[in-house]
Amino acid sequence: MEQNYLLGNEAIAHACVEAGVDFVSGYPGTPSSEVIDTLRLRPERSYYVEWSVNEKVALENALAAAWCGIRALCTMKHVGLNVAADPLMTSAYTGVTGGLVILSADDPFAHSSQNEQDTRCYAHFARIPCFDPASVQEAHDMIRDAFELSEEFHLPVLFRPTTRICHSKGDVQLGDVQKSTRVGEFHKDPRQYVVIPVNTRVLHRKLNEKQPAIRKRLVEKGFNRYEIRGKTAIIASGIGASYVQELLPPGVSFMKIAAYPIDEEWLGDFVQKHEKVLVIEELAPEVEEIVRQVAGCVPVFGKKNGYAPYEGELSPLAVAGIMEKAGFLKNPFPAIEPVQNIPPRPPILCAGCLHRSAFYAIKKVFRDAIYPSDIGCYTLGLQLGAVDTTICMGASITVASGIAHSGEPRDVVCTIGDSTFLHTGIQGLLNAVYNGANMTVIILDNRITAMTGHQPNPNTGQTACGVESPPVSLEALCRACGVSFVEGIDPYDFTGMVHVLQEAKNRKGVKVIIAKQMCVISARRAGVKRGRYTVDPETCNGCGTCVRFGCPAIEFVNEKAQINELCSGCAVCAQLCPAGAIMREAKK
Amino acid sequence: MSPGFDILIVGIGGQGTILASNVLGEACLIEGRHVKGAETHGMAQRGGSVESHIRIDGEFGPLIAPGQADLLISFDLLEAIRYSHYLKPSGKMVVNRHLVLPTSVYTQKLVAPSEEEIITALKKYELCLLDADKIATDAGSPLSQNVVMLGAASKWMPLKSATLLESVRKLVPKKTVEINTKAFEMGRDAGGKN
Repeated sequence: MEQNYLLGNEAIAHACVEAGVDFVSGYPGTPSSEVIDTLRLRPERSYYVEWSVNEKVALENALAAAWCGIRALCTMKHVGLNVAADPLMTSAYTGVTGGLVILSADDPFAHSSQNEQDTRCYAHFARIPCFDPASVQEAHDMIRDAFELSEEFHLPVLFRPTTRICHSKGDVQLGDVQKSTRVGEFHKDPRQYVVIPVNTRVLHRKLNEKQPAIRKRLVEKGFNRYEIRGKTAIIASGIGASYVQELLPPGVSFMKIAAYPIDEEWLGDFVQKHEKVLVIEELAPEVEEIVRQVAGCVPVFGKKNGYAPYEGELSPLAVAGIMEKAGFLKNPFPAIEPVQNIPPRPPILCAGCLHRSAFYAIKKVFRDAIYPSDIGCYTLGLQLGAVDTTICMGASITVASGIAHSGEPRDVVCTIGDSTFLHTGIQGLLNAVYNGANMTVIILDNRITAMTGHQPNPNTGQTACGVESPPVSLEALCRACGVSFVEGIDPYDFTGMVHVLQEAKNRKGVKVIIAKQMCVISARRAGVKRGRYTVDPETCNGCGTCVRFGCPAIEFVNEKAQINELCSGCAVCAQLCPAGAIMREAKK
Repeated sequence: MSPGFDILIVGIGGQGTILASNVLGEACLIEGRHVKGAETHGMAQRGGSVESHIRIDGEFGPLIAPGQADLLISFDLLEAIRYSHYLKPSGKMVVNRHLVLPTSVYTQKLVAPSEEEIITALKKYELCLLDADKIATDAGSPLSQNVVMLGAASKWMPLKSATLLESVRKLVPKKTVEINTKAFEMGRDAGGKN
């Protein structure tokens, strides 16, 4: 046993190795990505790891591995579970032999996400167990239990850490790595694995019959527990339970929910022993709804009567506010306002990012156009006025074709990254060509899944474990979908890019332009060195063209442009400067 | 309410705040103390405003409430003022005298307070202001400014200076151990003994 200061996701990854995981798949997504980023580099135990092309693919792979009797982990972010929802729902019917843990990380407050959906609702919907840890140590300890529970009930188990678990740190007590490995073996059993109607009706009944025993087991195992300390009570789940424990006044009973489904009879006994109950949980009122079902005439305070918010994330301050409003506590935190009028510092595209240059060229050629975009670093193109829509992975191309077919007369130009294109973009392109849309697709190809931490994808030329793999040809893929206009360009060659965009603008049909350049972060790590650029103050006339380009390396001081040390030498600003004042820095 | 010692480290994505928080976490382990923390990952790391919470002797949640931090370490003047409301009235502040203007100032014509205005506003707290970039460069590498900041803040932390240094030496890349040792010591001198 050793003590380590670890990120929640690192602790979870280590727990998987302790639990004897044999198969790992997933698609990167904040806040889940570091689980596989850690697992792909652990030499102490031998197991299979892949970054899959999307979450549906990842889950089907992991499910099949678990059918073969080995322990499988599948990771994704909450919205990835929507992509994997199809296999998820029916995997509850077929069940598993080896343990299958599906980690779906929720992101209350949408720190890095397009919505605030709650994975616990999927567990409820699919009728499978779900773990909801309250701390990094608990997340670590529950992984082993999750695999065991999955094997005991022959069901996939959801594991729902939130951002404040995944990206929290703590001193974690680790266990020993399990050395013995299993070898998969598939036993044919069509009644279990072929879900034709005659089989699936039986499987559905069996799934429902498992439920009461699961509820009992979660209480027996102590995941859901309480302490009676008075006539009023707080019931809390997930990280919310940690915040409540920090503030819990004496004489208030406390129930902690860390796993679902909740045993209603057990819950009802607890609630009935109190005069009023407050429920604290992040996002959906999953616990509160069951509390209300069993509360009878005991007053319940929570989201449904306005005491707690449905949206956003909890914090010690927010929880203290809820407890005060419901009459459980006098808020111990003084009311403090942040200093006003500080200019915001949102994330921005890096200096030298290929996306900035591509967006700038698109805006120059397609002045009055609609710009659907997608999920990735390039969503930050919003700051450049080059992103009009984002909804979910792959939806740039489909939204573009929908707008193009709607009768909207303006040009439609959409942007999508290489990883997102391979995730769920290809089908949209196939559909657009098949149905005769008029639109331009720009694939922003940096050969890596950058935003989530530079995970490789089929376009990179290597697997999760660094083994060489044949890089896919995006050009051939687009041609195979039926696109006749497919052009590759270098976004650092601004003039060349404008020329190709102009050619695409003049044509009908679906046109694809692949803007290829390495991610600047990958380039820096790979040791690529380009000379920095500088502004000649004599030639600079202060027109501000370069500043509007939005590169963080360009500053404007005393009505003149300056280039700071962030410059990566992409040279695009030098091509844009109407005065010709930007040039390569002389070697010192 | 936590009986522990709460530290907030703030800066700009890419400045090395995460390594700084790891050093504190590791130092707590060396001294056998509990520690909790939370930090910014994902998209916000792309040049955005980032924060790391570290709760020494923390038992429950990883987040510090506004008005509760004992110490704020800021790698940038503007970020120091942005997060200053997290400090207790008796809280201490260690700030790098360096101002990176956000791109929003140029592209949206927003007005940022001047260095002098920020420093005046920060002076209501016990403040240690230092030029970490210069000290780091003098120590051998501008990349060691995060370690300079920790050195300067060490006098106000409930951790032994020797433990912090041990933790620095353990966590930085092997080739840079000597530079970072020097950076820590020069930062500690710049921060003044307490």
